[in-house]
Amino acid sequence: MGDSAVIAGQLFNGISLASILLLAALGLALSFGVMRVINMAHGEMLMVGGYISYLVLRVVHGPMAFVCALAAAFLGAALLGGLLELAIVRHLYGRPLDTLLATWGISLILQQGARSVFGPIGVEVTAPHWLEGSFVFEKGILAGVSLPYVRLFIIALAVFVLAAMGLFIARTSWGLWLRAVHQDREMAEAHGVNTRWVDLLVFALGTGIAGLAGSALALIAPVTPTVGQSYIVYAFLVVIVGGLGSLLGTILAAVLVGLFSSSVQIFTSVSLADVLLLVVVVIFIQFRPRGIVLRQSRALEEG
Amino acid sequence: MRIAKGLGYAVLLLLLGTAPYLLSSYHLSLLGRFLALSILALGLALVWGWGGILSLGQGVFFGLGGYALALHLKLVALGPGELPDFMVWTGMDHLPWWWDLFHHAGFALAAAVLVPTVAAAGFSWLVFHRRVGGVYFALITQALALAFATLLISQQPYTGGFNGLTDYSTLLGVQLNDPAAQRGLYWITLALLALVFALGRWLVSTDFGRILVAIRDGENRLRFLGYNPAPYKVAVFALGGALAGIAGALFTLHVGVISPAMIGVVPSIEMVVWVAVGGRKSLLGAIVGTLVVNFGKDWVSSAMPELWLFVMGLLFVMVVMVLPQGLSSIKDFLPRLRSVLSKLRSPQKKKQDKAVRKASVHAQSLGCEAQND
Repeated sequence: MGDSAVIAGQLFNGISLASILLLAALGLALSFGVMRVINMAHGEMLMVGGYISYLVLRVVHGPMAFVCALAAAFLGAALLGGLLELAIVRHLYGRPLDTLLATWGISLILQQGARSVFGPIGVEVTAPHWLEGSFVFEKGILAGVSLPYVRLFIIALAVFVLAAMGLFIARTSWGLWLRAVHQDREMAEAHGVNTRWVDLLVFALGTGIAGLAGSALALIAPVTPTVGQSYIVYAFLVVIVGGLGSLLGTILAAVLVGLFSSSVQIFTSVSLADVLLLVVVVIFIQFRPRGIVLRQSRALEEG
Repeated sequence: MRIAKGLGYAVLLLLLGTAPYLLSSYHLSLLGRFLALSILALGLALVWGWGGILSLGQGVFFGLGGYALALHLKLVALGPGELPDFMVWTGMDHLPWWWDLFHHAGFALAAAVLVPTVAAAGFSWLVFHRRVGGVYFALITQALALAFATLLISQQPYTGGFNGLTDYSTLLGVQLNDPAAQRGLYWITLALLALVFALGRWLVSTDFGRILVAIRDGENRLRFLGYNPAPYKVAVFALGGALAGIAGALFTLHVGVISPAMIGVVPSIEMVVWVAVGGRKSLLGAIVGTLVVNFGKDWVSSAMPELWLFVMGLLFVMVVMVLPQGLSSIKDFLPRLRSVLSKLRSPQKKKQDKAVRKASVHAQSLGCEAQND
């Protein structure tokens, strides 16, 4: 394998990491943009999605079983997220730091709950037959690079979710209300948008997408009680770099963070890549403290 | 009133001072290390309760203080020409140059305070001077805690890796595991805590304290008045870092080990729960909260280890939802609980409640103005 092949392989890993980060960060960015709330239990939604897929795949068999698992993971995590919003988040409106702490408490409870039910060691989800194997370049400068179908599937899933979200936000009336609340909550309320329902929808949708991410993640790594924790801090960094709840910013930031950490790993260890990533983010906010994509607004209090 | 309060503090201090004669050595050692942690909690209360800055990475500064002292202790425990055991295992043949600096006890003690202070000041300046704050800052500090803990674990030849630094017993020629030394260490911890508490009470009564509250409640308004909030935020965060460093150094002496497991993401956020339980806007509350939560943790995890995370999770939710000012506002607890319960029971009533509350708040603010006039 030549140098270019190594770099291409690492780039590919970066893009597939970026897809997972994107799925994980999308919900965070949405609920942060619309509700100014950070859900620290968001990582556990990945975990919940992973465990739900595991359970579904134990019951359902056949070629389309994994699609069922994805759907179940989405619905399960969305339901849990909706409950969380109803029970806790909406009572803490306007207290973002307190929301952060309360949802962290929920995250601890969910983690320990998973540990009690499924044990501390991870459970494995086997990929369906049609995702086994990988696409190998035979000739050319990329000869020897192999792209596992599982990772290709994850990238495709991220693209699909993005397209669906884009259509939902741009074309449906719920999407219109969502944009209205995002731009100006009080004005939207004054025009008759039920912001409570929009909040609930945004939160449940975001956690549902995280559930999808968890289900996809289960294909490449075992599901453990702490699986959410290992991705969520990166997802937070993606939200910071991406800017206040901007979809485009989140996409760019996820790609940047994914590519950065996987390409740095060519030269150094994983742990140093973590440290370098943080350093880069801190340097980044020196230049763009509001994120990559700025939202034009004259409001004084922005997040 | 003031005299009564001062008298109360004096009695409390005296009571804690006699603890070495009242408690078993096991409980004394627990109390000692929890009092050390209370110093950190005081810093966190100033940063969060007064400055409104939530730090989820206080463990980093705690760790910097602890490691600075532990480096020295580790060197003292070595014979001439010896290397720490983990360096031998990982194939190092000489001490890194920055380890050599810590041969001097004075240097190590100074570093235990100054390194976390400078780190906290530098880090927070980079973030605050670009007006990044609030939730963003909390998330960045969490990433800092993660990065620091991973770095410590991965650099095993220099830091002892996952096991951290342990196996030492002598500081300035004193055997630390000697009962008399343990008592002395307890009193030193208590004296430092009392000093920091007094300092904190004084600080919040100064203009600096008032500006902190103003930053917490309306940073932009303060800007309009011509203040630049960033230096004040950096100052209080650096103070929090210094106190965390002192706490870390003391804790290392009490426990005899410092490792990444005490300073990562989860331990850092546990520190926030001490202050939240005690009441973030109360200095005494920070100490009480630290003691209550830690003794509770000791009690719960010795009975059922797996239960502790449930308890801690519930503590977070309950404190935030029902008792935002923690134990320091315990007398408001029952009315609040009742109102939350009635809210849950009848959603219709909520709107009325809100209207009533708004009216009463309005009346209060009118009352305030009347008083001011």
